[in-house]
Amino acid sequence: MFHLILFLFFGAICVAGAVNLLVQSHPINSALSLIAVMGSLAVEYLLLGAEFLTAVQVIVYAGAIMVLFVITIMLLNAGKEEGSGGSRVAILLGIPGVLIATLLVAWTVLFHSNTRAVPLGALKGDPRAIAQLLFHDFLLPFEITSVLILIAIMGAVVLTSRPEAVARGPRRDG
Amino acid sequence: MSIPTFLIISLIKSLAVIFVLMTAAAYSVWLERKVSAHIQNRWGPTKVGPFGLLQPLADGVKFIFKEDLVEANVYKPLYIAAPIIAMMFALTSIAVIPFGNWVEVGPWGTYLQVTDMNIGLLVILGCTSMGVYGVALAGWSSNSKYSLLGGLRASAQMISYEVSLGLALVGVLIMAGSLSLRDIVESQRHFRWNIFFQPVGFFVYLISAYAETNRAPFDLPEAESELVAGYHTEYSSMKFAMFFVAEYCSMVTVACLATLMFFGGWLGPVGGPPILQALLPVLWFCLKVFFFMFLYVWVRWTLPRFRYDQLMAFGWKILLPLAIANIVVTALIVAWKAQHAL
Repeated sequence: MFHLILFLFFGAICVAGAVNLLVQSHPINSALSLIAVMGSLAVEYLLLGAEFLTAVQVIVYAGAIMVLFVITIMLLNAGKEEGSGGSRVAILLGIPGVLIATLLVAWTVLFHSNTRAVPLGALKGDPRAIAQLLFHDFLLPFEITSVLILIAIMGAVVLTSRPEAVARGPRRDG
Repeated sequence: MSIPTFLIISLIKSLAVIFVLMTAAAYSVWLERKVSAHIQNRWGPTKVGPFGLLQPLADGVKFIFKEDLVEANVYKPLYIAAPIIAMMFALTSIAVIPFGNWVEVGPWGTYLQVTDMNIGLLVILGCTSMGVYGVALAGWSSNSKYSLLGGLRASAQMISYEVSLGLALVGVLIMAGSLSLRDIVESQRHFRWNIFFQPVGFFVYLISAYAETNRAPFDLPEAESELVAGYHTEYSSMKFAMFFVAEYCSMVTVACLATLMFFGGWLGPVGGPPILQALLPVLWFCLKVFFFMFLYVWVRWTLPRFRYDQLMAFGWKILLPLAIANIVVTALIVAWKAQHAL
């Protein structure tokens, strides 16, 4: 019962943050709503017993990735977005459509699949278990993901470098 | 123990820890002013109380009475929220720091720690990560070019040095085998302090922590001659005091973490009657933390400031590879020992 109340409370914060992200016109408010979503997701992980994942979600997602989002919004000085006067059809068909699709998915998952409810803290989420999964059972996907990230870093460096600056060579002072 | 007892004991511990932390932050300001003064061959505060010891009290009263200027075009919600965010995360990380052993008062016993979590170290790293928002949002919402530049520089610097901070501590984790701070200190019993086994990790941690708290030679984001006052230019009175307190609280947290991870925490010679056995570990802990606070001030007033590009190059190109190399060497040695012990 207590578990259900906590789950519903933080799930509500998560959904409210996600909806607020779409509704807000200033990008910084959207970014802050996304941070609230990440935080409530971290608590949901904690309720399931995945404590390491909670900490990593806060440190990496809410604490580094979202900081980069916020820094980009600050640097680009993005102001309030001008309303493009959303089309009537999109609102009349879209919102009920999304609601129906969500209900359909929820109904299928709840009644026609093998998923069950789990008690508070059901998963083995300690670092040792995660390390076993990450470095023994799923080592190959882990290494391939790190190569993928390396490719992304190299792409970013190439995109932001200027050809004449590269040709001049690195600065010699300092 | 029953839930009401647990709640009351936790409440008492939390209040005591917050009170001690705020006082420590206030008196570290006094320490800084006195030590910097003596380094510069002058006296520092001497008028307000003996040795100027009541100076922090006078400063607190001054902050309360100062005029709270709010510029016209600031983005109000974030302008007010930013110091709150900074202070909130600076105060939260003290919750997992252990000060001493198990103590018993009558029928109740408790650890000298607000809460001992399995992932205690990650909570502290998470609080430092989230503390970057206080700086970034303050810089942006102040609607001033000095604040924006200072805020951007400070947040970029903080997220860069967070990486090497975390990686430097992984070497200690490999040796201790647990993320719980109490277990890490317990693994350093019998004078097997981690400073002897992880010297490289210690120095990488210390330098990254100085950069993380925007202090010592890495304080370009709040340098007076370059950026007026950086991200807290437009703040006055109590809101500025909150940033100030948040900065000194994170300094205290860094000092506590350095003692716990590398200097054996509360371990030291203990003996005598039970009351002394409960209090001596706390004394050792406080002496070690005081040493690190003194080191903080000493380094700040001795070394010149880094230029911003030098700072970022140092963090990414020197400290990060050094931390990773430390992890690799530590892991190799621990694995080799485990194999040869079998």
